[in-house]
Amino acid sequence: MKVTLKVWRQKNRNSSGSFKTYESPELNGNMSFLEMLDVVNEQLATRGEEPIAFDHDCREGICGTCSLVIDGKPHGPHKGIATCQTYMRSFKDGDEIVVEPFRAKAFPLIKDLVCDRKSFDRIQHAGGFITVRTGAAPDANSIPVPKPDADLAMDAAQCIGCGACVAACKNASAMLFVAAKISHLGLMPQGQPERYKRAKAMVDQMDEEGFGACTVTGSCEAVCPKEISLDFIARMNRDYGVALLRGDPKTIKGGGAG
Amino acid sequence: MATLNSNIPSGPLAEKWEHHKFYTKLINPANKRKYKIIVVGAGLAGASASATLAELGYEVHNFVFHDSPRRAHSVAAQGGINAAKNYQNDGDSVHRLFYDTIKGGDFRAREANVHRLAEVSVNIIDQCAAQGVPFAREYGGVLDNLSFGGAQVSRTFYARGQTGQQLLLGAYSALNRNIANGGVKSYTHAEMLDLVVVDGHAKGIIVRNLQTGEITRHNGDAVVLATGGYGNVYNLSTYARGANVTAGWRAYKRGACFGNPCYTQIHPTCIPVSGDYQSKLTLMSESLRNDGRVWVPKRKEDCGKKPADIAEGDRDYYLERMYSAFGNLAPRDIASRAAKTVCDEGRGVGETGLGVYLDFSAAIQRLGESKVRERYGNLFAMYQEITNENAYQTPMRIYPAVHYTMGGLWVDYNLMSNVPGLFVLGEANFSDHGANRLGASALMQGLSDGYFVLPATISGYLAGQNPGKRPTTDTGSFKEAEENVQTLTKRMLGNKGKRTPNSFHKELGKLMWEHCGMARNEASLQKGIKAIGALREEYWNNVSVLGESNDWNQSLERAGRIADFIELGELMCRDALMREESCGGHFREEYQYTPDDPETKQGLVNPGDVKRRDDQFAFVAGWEYAGAADKAPILNKEPLVYEEVKMSTRSYK
Repeated sequence: MKVTLKVWRQKNRNSSGSFKTYESPELNGNMSFLEMLDVVNEQLATRGEEPIAFDHDCREGICGTCSLVIDGKPHGPHKGIATCQTYMRSFKDGDEIVVEPFRAKAFPLIKDLVCDRKSFDRIQHAGGFITVRTGAAPDANSIPVPKPDADLAMDAAQCIGCGACVAACKNASAMLFVAAKISHLGLMPQGQPERYKRAKAMVDQMDEEGFGACTVTGSCEAVCPKEISLDFIARMNRDYGVALLRGDPKTIKGGGAG
Repeated sequence: MATLNSNIPSGPLAEKWEHHKFYTKLINPANKRKYKIIVVGAGLAGASASATLAELGYEVHNFVFHDSPRRAHSVAAQGGINAAKNYQNDGDSVHRLFYDTIKGGDFRAREANVHRLAEVSVNIIDQCAAQGVPFAREYGGVLDNLSFGGAQVSRTFYARGQTGQQLLLGAYSALNRNIANGGVKSYTHAEMLDLVVVDGHAKGIIVRNLQTGEITRHNGDAVVLATGGYGNVYNLSTYARGANVTAGWRAYKRGACFGNPCYTQIHPTCIPVSGDYQSKLTLMSESLRNDGRVWVPKRKEDCGKKPADIAEGDRDYYLERMYSAFGNLAPRDIASRAAKTVCDEGRGVGETGLGVYLDFSAAIQRLGESKVRERYGNLFAMYQEITNENAYQTPMRIYPAVHYTMGGLWVDYNLMSNVPGLFVLGEANFSDHGANRLGASALMQGLSDGYFVLPATISGYLAGQNPGKRPTTDTGSFKEAEENVQTLTKRMLGNKGKRTPNSFHKELGKLMWEHCGMARNEASLQKGIKAIGALREEYWNNVSVLGESNDWNQSLERAGRIADFIELGELMCRDALMREESCGGHFREEYQYTPDDPETKQGLVNPGDVKRRDDQFAFVAGWEYAGAADKAPILNKEPLVYEEVKMSTRSYK
């Protein structure tokens, strides 16, 4: 099979970008989407043209490095599957495929299809942890965690931090990402002492970073490669509301928690 | 010649670590903040070390080439983490975990390190649970366990098929807390390209900012490398594409010895290679071998048939047949080699004939599909996405693939290399897994080194360094190291060759797999050394690297890493050639058990199993750089002295 790629090329965030069209060489349906880009890049490099910059690392759907909006959809056509695990058999011979970076104010572009997602890290710095020094932990079985709580926490915790939720959202909101982290820790008994403080701090930082407000369209859930549920946003809003009622109420900036 | 002093503390094995901690010099709290420690890498080892050192009061600077510390490839570990908790009451203990690990490593690991690892394992689980890692639970709320290869007890803790991810996020959260409170300064998109050695001590690094191309100098009182393994030397592996040896290799070129480079783990359960375009091999967790049965047809003629059409009596469940005590849970090196053997006999399955079946039909019959789905659903889904096959209905096809490297920079008991002030943690060092690593022990080692070992041992070195007196970055060694990096960058970009860096990587990978793969022999290794040497020369004559130095340039990043892999590949072949024995993952065809050996007759081993030569090769090989890539490296030896365990024939029958 062969495909035509329309790829976003942009030297850096200070220059303007545009779509460039490339014809792929002969492909195999068992290639991953990124392997297809590798092949196209090798062809470009051999011709002396600079390869397309794109982010990737583990190529098994867990590190969250790969991104790409493929035909308008973050992480491509399949539900619950990241770009790196999307295979060319999902496309047809002769297809034209449009490939763009994740676009959001809080994810400034670095080059071509690569954007900077450090804003996610800064949200985590604000409170994405349980304060426990190394060595200060009690025996693991002394903190029983009901299985349903542990399972639900795990559902939230499997977020890979890729940012597809932001890229899919018309407001570039990071609510699903932040909700996943807040819910994971807030569901565990270990996370209770800092539960409300954490929710407040992380939501405030999210607003600070310039992510938009949530209007619950659910597009984030639809594209999430780990299928993180929208329900966690409700959970976060509740914790955020409790945090506000409990005090230390600072002015709510930006969109607040929904 | 370098001196490889293991610095193993005296005293009985089980008391060494406690004694050592007591006798190691401490730094008083007011002085700790005057010491600056550079940590490179933020996988399990790097993130846990950075967080813990900051908690102790040191000034920590952490560097990762990723966009975020959360991306390190520890994130991809699926199966689990071992700990000698004995929560299952099945006879586990620190001593049993120690013994299983040292035996699993085919008696080529350092005894005292492995015992310490087993001791510390129990603290790791406590620490991670307290951080909120959502481990699998039983209905009463206590922790659940699995069994893994090479063990007959259930001591593996897990978080679905994403244990590495959850442990990494735990360590990352600890790191974040310390970034937020100012204890750690975090540098992302920052790749270490040289080690700075001042008066024989590691005192800094040279870093390239991958976004801007800016090269900067960073000084410290000590440098900690937690930069992972080097399996990508084979090009195709289960590693992340970005995983590389560059930090460790540049340290090697500055005098740090490289320990046992030929010890490579080939993991038995990966999805087989499907074509030349392939960039990556995908692991199917070893935990699948708890419920999956491995088989191939008994007769070659049946290989083309659908698996369902092959009668039960015509199937060879070869692991159960050859290793009845451990069966499908035989250690990785053994399971991999057995798969190779049956495929070499022409009984492999799938298009390429390089595959064996991993069959869940018995488990589905016994437990029901829903239970199997609950245990392994995400793995089955991943398998289907890649192969377009439904493993609930037809057996998976699997084949061994490069997965981990037991070798790495040589370190002593304190995790310090032979270059004073340079510490090496996790997969980047050589120390705990000998010639084969058991499942669920990489996570254990990374976190043991980072949370508990290094924070206790580094003070012993720092106590000998005057607080606040580290060399400044304007000294000669820093200047020279920066120039070295600039020259290398210019050389790559200025080279007007015809081939892409990736084409060299592919060629190197094929050479390595052919000459230094699952089975090795003298003639082939010698060929490999020659061919890789020629490839190195061609590289510098014919590589073409596009783009600019002061820009985001993935071709340039890769070109530097591939140059290092080529040199490393040659060293691996040299090490494999020198080691005239078979042990663990290192299989020299000349050294294997035959039907006539007494061990075979006693039923301890099968013909074809690895044969060690303890009288001559019970040592760690520490290779020392001889000053130029084309000069033969110098071999230093650290004898492996076992005080408590007897080196014996490894039997899983």
